[in-house]
Amino acid sequence: MRYRKSFVELFYKILTGIACYSLIVILGYIIFVIFKKGIGMLSLKMITTVPSGGYYYGGEGGVLNAIAGSFYIAVGATIIAVIVGVPAALFINSHLQHKPRMQSFIRYMLDALWGIPSIVYGAFGFMLMIYLGMSASLLAGIITVAFLITPIIIRTFDEVLNTIPKGLHESALALGYTRMQLAFKVLWKQGFPGFITAVLFAFGRGIGDAASVLFTAGYTDLVPQYLDEPAATLPLAIFFQLSSPIPEVRNRAYAAGIILTAMILIISVSARLVSRKFSKTNLK
Amino acid sequence: MKNKNTIEISNLNVWVDNQYILKNVNLDIPEHQITVLLGPSGCGKTTLLKSMNRLTDLYKELKVTGEICIDGDDILKSKRNIYEIRQKMGLLSQKPYPLPVSIYKNIAYGIKLKGIKDRKLLDYNVEKRLKEVGLWDEVKDRLHSSPDTLSIGQQQRLCLARGLAVKPRLILADEPTSALDPLSSKIIEDLFKKLKEHYSIVVVTHILRQAKRLADNVVFMHYGEIVEQGAPDQLFTNPQSPELKKYLVDGN
Repeated sequence: MRYRKSFVELFYKILTGIACYSLIVILGYIIFVIFKKGIGMLSLKMITTVPSGGYYYGGEGGVLNAIAGSFYIAVGATIIAVIVGVPAALFINSHLQHKPRMQSFIRYMLDALWGIPSIVYGAFGFMLMIYLGMSASLLAGIITVAFLITPIIIRTFDEVLNTIPKGLHESALALGYTRMQLAFKVLWKQGFPGFITAVLFAFGRGIGDAASVLFTAGYTDLVPQYLDEPAATLPLAIFFQLSSPIPEVRNRAYAAGIILTAMILIISVSARLVSRKFSKTNLK
Repeated sequence: MKNKNTIEISNLNVWVDNQYILKNVNLDIPEHQITVLLGPSGCGKTTLLKSMNRLTDLYKELKVTGEICIDGDDILKSKRNIYEIRQKMGLLSQKPYPLPVSIYKNIAYGIKLKGIKDRKLLDYNVEKRLKEVGLWDEVKDRLHSSPDTLSIGQQQRLCLARGLAVKPRLILADEPTSALDPLSSKIIEDLFKKLKEHYSIVVVTHILRQAKRLADNVVFMHYGEIVEQGAPDQLFTNPQSPELKKYLVDGN
């Protein structure tokens, strides 16, 4: 009996251990493959020049067009998402605090929006673009990605605001705060680390998403100068260049992969560091 | 002056889904005295306290009927601005919840809500409030650091000072010492005894000894009803109801 118990224990330890460690190995392997394929191509030229002779056939040049395009789109979309999302999250946690049913209904809707595949947002953005008489452009890409990441910003920020104890709400209201003062003077400050995490999280999601910009941002060899010009993006740079018959171009796709992976890793690590730093000073 | 009441509550009922939390409560809170709401957990003490500044509004499921009069004004029906009504009462909760700003701003913001903007007046008032709760000497060198650097007991006094900054007439304290060590508790209790000169105070507690130490007036509650009330000497030496008799025996 005793023997059997320790055998079962050992069995599950091995089973769960394999599941856990293999995940890390696979992640490491993916990063290894991308770096191995692209590291040779990775140079200063890659991040400072646009492709010459066309992104599909020309082997020379870099992917600055895609870096800039992705960056512009992610920044623009994040700004829009913050402008819409922050008041929404604060509203859910201040004015709706005494209406728990409405609160959970809205949260449920936002979770559903979060779960919609980005290609659907892409199709929706495309439709909207046609309806408004726009062509594939930086602006259309920004708007579509903003649709994609707004629910993410709201829910991530909301999750943090939701952990703020009700006693703090009551203390502030007992002092004679209005709900608006509660939202902007108390919840906003107390939830600030959550806001930073939400922004970085949404930014990372926006910069890495391919399907939503596929129809809406277009593709170009140039760095976009205006909002109505098409913009290249890193995910699409990988997609298009990988299907090229020319080996140099395909390697450039891997280099773009490294750049995108590195950007997202940096963002998610800094999100962690920032939230840890803030939660240390705010620890209750 | 002895007979004046800060709050007069009549026929107050609070219930949720046909379940009574407070049943037919009639209560006067006399001015410049400490009124202690005593009773076992879950008897509605906290709800009664929260009805007094309408924090019950935060809980949609609660139905409230009756009258709560402050200065002859029924706050449950009043058309007057709820934020002004709440400023007549300072709330001290079980755990200190300092606002996420500096020690100075914790108090200054309440003063600003009263319309005072002048820098010197703010400084003066912040100092005055901190001295009132005996915190000034401990924090005067770090007014602009976070309240997280204070001990729990100091934070609780900061919250009291913050409440006093909006010039309330009444202090509502909901088990204010339950998170504190005995020394910090004693500081808070002594403060209450000092502050009753200027304010009326309502303290919720389930600690019998604390009630004996503090009360000018004891209200014993049981399952949402006021069972007995009166002066502590009379109530504790000669309890009338079986509930209070049992509570006194078990509590000692």
